[in-house]
Amino acid sequence: MSNRNGIKYYLKWLFCFLSTGLIKNSASLFLIIGFLLPGRVNFSKSLLVGSNQYFKTIKSALSAANNGDTILVYTGVYNEHSLLVNKAVKIIGIERPILTGENKYEIMKIKSNNVLVRGFLFKDTGLNFIYDNAAIKLDSVKYCTIEENKFTNNFFGIYLSRSSNCVVINNELEAFHTKETYSGNGIHLWQCREMIIKNNKIKGHRDGIYFEFVKKSEIESNISYSNLRYGLHFMFSDSCRYFHNYFTKNGAGVAVMFTKNVDMSNNIFEYNWGGAAYGLLLKDISDSKIVRNQFIKNTCAIYFEGCNRVTTLENNFLENGSAIRLMANSMDNLFTRNNFIGNSFDVNTNSTRSYNTFESNYWSEYKGYDLNKDGIGDIPFRPVKLFSFIIEQNRPALILMRSLFVDILNVAENIFPSLTPKTLIDSKPKMTKYL
Amino acid sequence: MNIILKIIRYQIHDISRSKWLVFYTLFFFLITYGLTSFSNDQSKVILSLLNVSLIIIPLVSIIFGTVYLYNNKDFIVLILSQPIKRSVLYLGLYLGLVIPLSFSFVIGTLVPLIILGNKIPVQFTLLIFLFAAGLSQTIIFVSISFLIATWNENRILGLGLSIFTWLVFSVLYDGLLLLIINVFQSYPLEKALIGFSIFNPVDLARIIVILKLDVAALMGYTGAVFQKFFNTNLGIIISIMCLIGWTVVPLIIGKRKFSKKDF
Amino acid sequence: MITIDNLNKWFGAFEVLKGISAEIQKGSITYLVGPNASGKTTLIKSILGLVKPTRGTIILDGEKLNGNFSYRKKIGYMPQTASFPENLTVEEIINMIKDFRETSTTYDEELIDKFSLHKEFKKRLKNLSGGTRQKVNACIAFLFNPEIMILDEPTAGLDPVSSSILKDKILSEHKNGKTIIFTSHFLSELEELAEQVIFLLEGQIRFNGTKDKLINSTDKHNLERAIASIMIEG
Repeated sequence: MSNRNGIKYYLKWLFCFLSTGLIKNSASLFLIIGFLLPGRVNFSKSLLVGSNQYFKTIKSALSAANNGDTILVYTGVYNEHSLLVNKAVKIIGIERPILTGENKYEIMKIKSNNVLVRGFLFKDTGLNFIYDNAAIKLDSVKYCTIEENKFTNNFFGIYLSRSSNCVVINNELEAFHTKETYSGNGIHLWQCREMIIKNNKIKGHRDGIYFEFVKKSEIESNISYSNLRYGLHFMFSDSCRYFHNYFTKNGAGVAVMFTKNVDMSNNIFEYNWGGAAYGLLLKDISDSKIVRNQFIKNTCAIYFEGCNRVTTLENNFLENGSAIRLMANSMDNLFTRNNFIGNSFDVNTNSTRSYNTFESNYWSEYKGYDLNKDGIGDIPFRPVKLFSFIIEQNRPALILMRSLFVDILNVAENIFPSLTPKTLIDSKPKMTKYL
Repeated sequence: MNIILKIIRYQIHDISRSKWLVFYTLFFFLITYGLTSFSNDQSKVILSLLNVSLIIIPLVSIIFGTVYLYNNKDFIVLILSQPIKRSVLYLGLYLGLVIPLSFSFVIGTLVPLIILGNKIPVQFTLLIFLFAAGLSQTIIFVSISFLIATWNENRILGLGLSIFTWLVFSVLYDGLLLLIINVFQSYPLEKALIGFSIFNPVDLARIIVILKLDVAALMGYTGAVFQKFFNTNLGIIISIMCLIGWTVVPLIIGKRKFSKKDF
Repeated sequence: MITIDNLNKWFGAFEVLKGISAEIQKGSITYLVGPNASGKTTLIKSILGLVKPTRGTIILDGEKLNGNFSYRKKIGYMPQTASFPENLTVEEIINMIKDFRETSTTYDEELIDKFSLHKEFKKRLKNLSGGTRQKVNACIAFLFNPEIMILDEPTAGLDPVSSSILKDKILSEHKNGKTIIFTSHFLSELEELAEQVIFLLEGQIRFNGTKDKLINSTDKHNLERAIASIMIEG
């Protein structure tokens, strides 16, 4: 998979260099040879920035640079804010120079395609609610790369809008806000296409990663933790994938809303614990997949509201408050081959009818038997307890949890089902858990 | 005071050889052993143990206490014909029953946890909660059982009343709570619910522990209100006062009845 | 001396003792007799403080009984049925009662020897026969050399040999100046021990005096017939 991505990535670059290079340079032959042997032959010039270098400021280097140049910035603190990058340059920090916004300003704004920023520490943008101060802001650009930078104490970290085909990779972002309203998002994408967000570590922002109106993009192998609101906030972003990410201890977990064709796989959702926290909150999601994720110790592992044709396959639900809360307006969802182990409630629902399918899951609560030894329980499992149904209507009733009275109610309802949805059963409960 | 200690001593001698107490200890031993060997998560083990304890301990304490007083009536007469004050005998009998029952619960639970201790990490706070809950139930329900047995000469009536009392605290009370919660759904019920739950020693022990473990976050606002209450000094003091009240009030009334009673 | 004055006891709606007045002299041996439910045991229990009288007073050696308990160290009581904590041994029971009494006097263990109870000492009470329990019961009553002995049906359940051992013991204690009160059913071999007789019927005293006086007053030649004739007179 990653191999194919790598090739795609390389082709994108090649395409971009060829298109810009051929038009602007007369020595097109050399250029073509140059691009066929990337990294070995460098036709563009390098501009050095540092206290002992020709350029003392990045701003002066930027104004002297041409498209295709490389600006090498030596270590030091650069109190330069509002840097405008409107040329296709590579800006590379050596031994992590520091760019500061002095708690007032935005640090860098990229308005050109094909920009690369690598190896800096961006800090202290300060709050600005009108301009949404960001450490790096990219607007209406293509083929830009932000890699191996660190970000600390910024309002927004990396802010991308109306852009496409950019890569944000191997960055670390950290913020120290305590109030949601005074903090911005770590990696923020708005109206973008075909982006790759990979291997970043985001902590302490409002939302770790924010997607709004983003298409065909990938979020891969990021760690988003201890953010004030969501680890990942994902809206109106059709045909995106996120996989191998780790979301933990976020104020409200992960929210995915108003989206079609989203593929969520191999992620870990852990310790999203609190009154309004969800491992994964799904609202108006359709035709999507949730595959091989781990949901561990969340207040509510997955919350389904207005979801249709979502397949939940081969996930582990371990010791969550509720594993699945399925609201009445969700239909035609399929839950199969999942492990439900040690959850306080396996399935909660607020409806007496259910048009969803549960099949061949493993339920640690299942107390049936398997006489014909085919590994499938002989009697169906009813994952909705009467009590879980009651609390869905009336939360304060939760104080009765683990009361003998509640156990008796559950047993009675199990024998003579009257309130819980009759169709919400797993008719082929697996006897042993899936490995 | 001296006499009380002597009564307690001989009674412990007697009860500790009772096969029922051996069963009782064995019961906790097997439950704990079984749960611990099947689970790797001690908080789950303790939660299950707590569940079992909150059903079994009140039931056994109240029945054992009632039956004990009835079965030893002749012996009580023999002791009362000695120069011993009645209230001293009553307290002696009470403590002489509470101590072996408590001990049996603690030993039955602790030994398997120690045997299998290196398998899973011990969570001391939870363990202390479990023991506090179990011991408070023992102390309270033996006290209530003594009151019932002293009040009623009729054994069948007394035993029936004991089982009914257990049923009220363990089951019916919660049924009533659920009814109230449903009827007054649209009102802010949190404070009233705290009041109600404090008034039932079984609920009180249960709620304090589930708030520590799994429910608080699920409950949202109600959970927050409960958590806030039980985390303040006032809340802790009120809870402890209630548990003490449930022990002391039946004990005092029972002792008074016992002192005036004809044998 | 025990002075009983106008003693009245109600159990619910049932009047068990109907104004009992009597005096039991120090050093006397009194036979408390009456049919079932005549109030014998209630009277005894009132003296022991086990039953609280509805009305009336009992004064024991000048001390009015009023929920106090220390006077009971003067009394040895042998209840009708003996029941002990089942899992204690004979020895533990005896030690226990010794412990409770806290008396510094030497113990009267004559009965323990005569009943050969030592060989039962390590047995638990629940493994003993009714007769052996009754022996334990008797031993405890005599153990502390009490001034007053109250014996409720003392020979019930004892074999003839043990019964006569007990009778001898009662007689010898009487000779030592003890006050003795005992109850028994009518056809008891114990009646020969009696000097004073209190005959209770339906909660009232029908006769109170010496055995000789009772027999003479009714022209009968034994106690049983004398009492029967009182009952017939109504």
